[in-house]
Amino acid sequence: MMRFLLIAAAVIAIYFLPAGLKNYGIYIVTLWSVYVIAGMGLNLTVGYAGQISLGQAAFWGIGAYTTAIALKAGLPFLAALPLAALLCFGVGLLLGFPALRVQHHYLAFATLGFNILVYLVLRNEDWLTGGSFGINNIAEPTLLGWRISRPLDFFQFTWIATVAMGVLMALLLRSPWGRAFAALRDNPIRAESVGIDTTFYTLLAFAIGAAYAGVAGAFFACLVGFIEPAPFGVNTSLSMLLMVIAGGSGRFFGPAIGAMIVVLIPEWLRFAAEWYLAIFGVMIVVMMVWLPGGILSLPERLRGAK
Amino acid sequence: MTALLDVQAMQKAYGAIRAVDGVSFSVASGEILGVIGPNGSGKTTLFNAILGQVLPSAGSVAFEGHDVTGSKPLHLARRGIGRTFQSLQVFGKLSVRDNLIAAGQEFGTGKFARLFAAPEAGLGPRAEEIIALFRIGHVAHLPAGSLSYGQQKLVDIAMAFMSRPRLVLLDEPCAGVNPALIDQLTELLRRLNREAGTTFIVIEHNMDFVMNLCSRVICMAQGRILAEGPPAEVQANRAVLEAYLGA
Repeated sequence: MMRFLLIAAAVIAIYFLPAGLKNYGIYIVTLWSVYVIAGMGLNLTVGYAGQISLGQAAFWGIGAYTTAIALKAGLPFLAALPLAALLCFGVGLLLGFPALRVQHHYLAFATLGFNILVYLVLRNEDWLTGGSFGINNIAEPTLLGWRISRPLDFFQFTWIATVAMGVLMALLLRSPWGRAFAALRDNPIRAESVGIDTTFYTLLAFAIGAAYAGVAGAFFACLVGFIEPAPFGVNTSLSMLLMVIAGGSGRFFGPAIGAMIVVLIPEWLRFAAEWYLAIFGVMIVVMMVWLPGGILSLPERLRGAK
Repeated sequence: MTALLDVQAMQKAYGAIRAVDGVSFSVASGEILGVIGPNGSGKTTLFNAILGQVLPSAGSVAFEGHDVTGSKPLHLARRGIGRTFQSLQVFGKLSVRDNLIAAGQEFGTGKFARLFAAPEAGLGPRAEEIIALFRIGHVAHLPAGSLSYGQQKLVDIAMAFMSRPRLVLLDEPCAGVNPALIDQLTELLRRLNREAGTTFIVIEHNMDFVMNLCSRVICMAQGRILAEGPPAEVQANRAVLEAYLGA
């Protein structure tokens, strides 16, 4: 009960937190919220189901472009959003097939190849994606006739969606499916011997993880109002994986903490001018050596040190 | 009477090497069959070929009269065949209780219904029953990977019973287990055989365990069955002594 109250208090506090921030601050917090959604999906694939993916940014891109194109075509945001999620779910299902054949670093390269492929499609298929020029003037989302144009309103809308996606993820992980994902991660051979359909759960781990990235992409497109291929490359996939691992892979709040590290810390380090990325890099190296289980493993680490 | 499991002319070759070379045997319902033989005689490969872990090169497997040759482990589990492995195979990060529930949750309902099922999928009472039977209540809440080898072995074996299988294949259940636990295990398996009617096939090097538990024994050497019969008879067989005991 105490835990639930603490979480509820944090959710409400974050909802109102950016009220005192300037537009850029609100943008950064909204970007964090968007990353949390994508990170939750990747955490399912990597942290709970034990697969590896270096292609999450590709789904983020597919979600963003689907939303941008749908909005341009006159569809409302509430129709574009599920479309983006469903398309990513379908493509994620397809990306799951290599995982049935290969694992570990081989799978990492298969998913990385997929990310490069999507990036090239986004850059070269001008007729659909606008190529290097991208798609601009993406409409602000409209809900029941209310145009969400103020940055703070858009943050609060995104945050409500993030919490809703979090609740759905929590329900999924509490269900027998969640236990099946964990069994697949811990021991796929044993899982199959006790009747767990590892093929089904592997494909779903990718598909659901991709659908989350698709939802994140939809919000990202509306947040920035202009999309081009660059944010959907392999670098972003690596950042998303870093987010999951730095926060705590396979821990529910890992992506939220990890997204803080990836999105907020570089901003806070800007006082160091041109050194900020170097400091950030050193921080990550030290953290990975000292806390390989991520920030959320800190209490266990401290207990173990006593 | 139809045999519960009927293996005919089973063969598994890796290149020119025949790890299992034309093995035939059957197991009646309620029987406890021991499989012994020196290391490398093909016992585990035979298990893996029966259980779909590797594809047999030739031969057939029938369970309850149905041909299940080459069936995936998943489908064999759903037909009512449980197994344990030679090495520890638990879900290390899950609690012991969750290990048991994971081992039983995929039976009965459809996959999509399971998404909306209660977290324990109605298996709480069954898990409690197995926990009490295997006397692992004091560690039920701990991650399985954090337990001692012997405790993990018990969890590993306990998982095979969650789905009430009719046949369980145990691959070296006594390996690395202390003598007190072996006695407990012997008693447990006897009880499950007597009360639940579970049929067992047990690979084991511990001859006391095999002699105490099994009603019939097969001895394998170089991928073939060397001798078959009551435990005492097989133990006294000269060819077995030469192959297995190095006498």
